[in-house]
Amino acid sequence: MRISKPVRATFVAIVALALVFVYVPLLVVLVNAFSTSQSLAWPPRSLTLEWWGRAATNAGAWEAVGTSVLVAACATAIALVLGTLCSIALDRYAFFGKEAVNLLVVLPIALPGIVTGIVLNNLFRTGLGLQLGLGTLIASHATFCIVTVYNNAFARMRRLSPNLVDASTDLGADRFTTFRLVTLPQLRSALFAGALLAFGLSFDEIIVTQFTAGPGVTTLPIWIFQNMFRPGQAPIVNVVAVVLVVISIVPIALAQRLEARAEAR
Amino acid sequence: MTATAPATAAAPPETGVRRASRAFDRHPRVGLGMLLGLPVGWLVAVYVVSLGFLLITALWQTDSFTNEVRMDWTLDNVARVVSQELYRAVTFRTLGTAVLVTLIDVAIALPVGYAMAKVFGPRARAALVIAFLMPLWASYLVKAYAWRSIFIEGGLLSSLGITPGFGEIATVVTLSYIWLPYVVMPIYAGFERVPDSLVEASSDLGARNLRTFASVVLPLMYPAIIAGAIFSFSLTLGDYIAVRIVGGSTQFLGTIIYDNVGVAGNVPMAAAVALVPIVIILLFLLAVRRTGALRNL
Repeated sequence: MRISKPVRATFVAIVALALVFVYVPLLVVLVNAFSTSQSLAWPPRSLTLEWWGRAATNAGAWEAVGTSVLVAACATAIALVLGTLCSIALDRYAFFGKEAVNLLVVLPIALPGIVTGIVLNNLFRTGLGLQLGLGTLIASHATFCIVTVYNNAFARMRRLSPNLVDASTDLGADRFTTFRLVTLPQLRSALFAGALLAFGLSFDEIIVTQFTAGPGVTTLPIWIFQNMFRPGQAPIVNVVAVVLVVISIVPIALAQRLEARAEAR
Repeated sequence: MTATAPATAAAPPETGVRRASRAFDRHPRVGLGMLLGLPVGWLVAVYVVSLGFLLITALWQTDSFTNEVRMDWTLDNVARVVSQELYRAVTFRTLGTAVLVTLIDVAIALPVGYAMAKVFGPRARAALVIAFLMPLWASYLVKAYAWRSIFIEGGLLSSLGITPGFGEIATVVTLSYIWLPYVVMPIYAGFERVPDSLVEASSDLGARNLRTFASVVLPLMYPAIIAGAIFSFSLTLGDYIAVRIVGGSTQFLGTIIYDNVGVAGNVPMAAAVALVPIVIILLFLLAVRRTGALRNL
């Protein structure tokens, strides 16, 4: 279809408007983090770095960062093991119920967070009689993180040549040696990318967290949510919000980079 | 296990690991079981069993004195969700919002996705994909908070003289914003897959742009559009955080579920309410299954 000048201009305008819609809210948060106003008043009267200093010495926020890192790291570790095992099984074997296993892995992230949240909350409290805490939170996060590791590892396995594995077997290596010396080195960057995605996903999660963390455990998103409604806390919440965006974008941007480089090879 | 004698003198030393490895070679089912046992066991135990358990819990009740869940069978909770005016009103409000948010997002994503796939050159396309993907990764919570600071009294919108305040309008805008990248991406990918040759053939045969779009491009796009719609629709149905942040006192299915688990401590009631979005989403997925949209996710 030939695109005339006015049509093209219309599309440029629509895309520009959409970009404004997408980025203005994030910019508002960024600017507010430097505003002297304590109540999100717009436009800011003048700019200050005061809130960054206050946020940097806020014990509650730092503690929340620590909890988030711990939960994300543990959940990622579990997801790495389970996701890798799953991807090997689905790549190497043809078996009845393969589609069902695939669906099973995707399900915890395909259903809305609140369903996953209440399902897990109900299992831990009503079903198993457990107290909610760090353990239940990590188990829940691991459950929906499996899919990112699995997706990355499975996509990479698809592209690997089976010849190398066959060669290794012919040369007398057993399965475990072949996995350690042949398969794993080729999977490494895909697993790393999957782990970064899982970490970002967990670090940013709030809904499942609220349902499975219990009252004593405060992750960074929970801390933001609690402080958002407190008068006078808005400036520090702005700073933490900016930091959270940066922390969640960096690992995922990195993961994409890795994947793109692997594909280019 | 009867080990077969090594055929050559240079065979590696016999170890437990090698023996296990050979056992897997001879019995592929065992190997498969070892690989799948842990992850599938985990997912079935943690997720599938608990999904079923949620259904059962909806049929139980809480003790009115201790607030503990009692395993007495009753249809009261489900009956209340189906018949009471409050639940019906909230279901319709949530459903209406989900439909509205989906329509808004598809209406934005169609021209944007089309422009990205077919109007701009490869350079601009790559930049736009990143520009629209980036906010997908920015924290969900921060995005809702951003709109709180826009809709708040004295915020960006009031400085422009627009004061809708927190409520249903703010909820629709915020949710449309949050789910937009999830809708743009599959629709963009769908336009990418529409072959240029078909479009050219249509215009060679004398069809104008709009006619080509309506008769050639759009029918090919249905699966991609529905794939995008699944995201915005089901994510809106289950939302309660954004509603809390910008919705004022607006009640959604999600807020009722959350309050029943937390404040009221009535898990069976929460389970019964949670069945509503689950059933709606399953019906929606069943309805769109034939379009092939599920393979586009």
